[in-house]
Amino acid sequence: MPSTREIRRRIRSVKNLAQITRAMEMVSASKMRRAQRNVLATRPYADRLLDVMGELTGRAVGMRRGTLLEVRPVVKGVALIVVTPDRGLAGSLVANVLRRASRFILDEQEKKHAVEVLAIGKKGRDFMVRTRQNLVAEVTKLGDYPRLTDILGIATHVINGFLSGRYDEVYVLYSQFVNTLVQRPTIKRLLPIDPPHEPAERMVDYTYEPSQEEVLRELLPRFVEVQLYQAVLEAIASEHSARMVAMRNATDNAKELQRDLTLSYNKTRQANITKEVSEIASGAAALAEM
Amino acid sequence: MPIHLEIVTAERVVLSDDVDMINAPTKDGRVGILPRHAPLLTILEVGELDIVKDGVTTPFAISGGFMEVLPHRVTILADTAERAEEIDEARAEAARRAAEQRIAERKSAQDLALAEAELRRALVQLKVAQLKKIKRERE
Repeated sequence: MPSTREIRRRIRSVKNLAQITRAMEMVSASKMRRAQRNVLATRPYADRLLDVMGELTGRAVGMRRGTLLEVRPVVKGVALIVVTPDRGLAGSLVANVLRRASRFILDEQEKKHAVEVLAIGKKGRDFMVRTRQNLVAEVTKLGDYPRLTDILGIATHVINGFLSGRYDEVYVLYSQFVNTLVQRPTIKRLLPIDPPHEPAERMVDYTYEPSQEEVLRELLPRFVEVQLYQAVLEAIASEHSARMVAMRNATDNAKELQRDLTLSYNKTRQANITKEVSEIASGAAALAEM
Repeated sequence: MPIHLEIVTAERVVLSDDVDMINAPTKDGRVGILPRHAPLLTILEVGELDIVKDGVTTPFAISGGFMEVLPHRVTILADTAERAEEIDEARAEAARRAAEQRIAERKSAQDLALAEAELRRALVQLKVAQLKKIKRERE
């Protein structure tokens, strides 16, 4: 049985640990709320962009070729953008995303598609390097509140890759923020763009300047950018909520361990006292007999 | 009846207000929008966006985007949009110098085009920031 001093030391260290995980939980909770707000803040822009796009793609079915809307009958090259956190301690979040990534890559390779991987976030980057995937670009250290400009490099790369024929399809894999407890790895197709359905009642006759084609050509890349940006922001909200839950569990476990240790500390202390008392008593009894 | 103007970027709603007039930099030159304008969808360039409300002109520095005009509602989808007081003049100045340096070096055609775009953006930011200062001095 360990000595009381040893148990006291362990209780102290477990207590410190619980304090740290409790602090991390609260930090993640506030970061998660801010990240959720950031996701919502992109909606007005994305929704308006969708409206305008619906207006244009509805009329311009003929001019899809050579744009980001072009659906290619034969797929050869595929790009996958994997969005992960830079840091761990977020429960099973990273593992779930990476398992989904491996399955996607295997499925595509089975179909004889050449897969190139682009990583946003250190965890995904490290995994792709370790498993020797064809990693062509990476962005890390985006921080908790990235700007749109931080992801433009990746977005431009896949847009140019699609237009030049290097990629026939581009996907983004990120963990979707369902609620605080559930984050779901999700794969979304970025390219070719799924044209939205034209709003039925809106029949405004716009003048397009300089022309419909040109407006559409400028519009489509922005749509890809904002979709990728939204995916990154959702992944960040997921990361913080997963970490918050993981840290709460860690705090609970530490508290339980502390209770167990306190119990065995008291038992040991009691046993020591009993032993001492009986030693003194037997000593006194021996003296009395003499 | 005024125009309801919304300026949104991918990151936030910059402005949502009723205004009297909008003067925007489009690809084919500056366009002034008054109430009851015909429906228009146009591409915006890097430049200064002026909005007039109650006789007061407020400049914004924008770096491209789209403008959708309806008779009493205008939506501007901007890549970036900043008010004068939000512009960091020292940073814009640094960006201007860096862009000029890159233009002087002329590494590649693509680099040159990027540097020129950056220079235009920095110049617009500086100009908008300056306008605000002049106005403050007059008051």
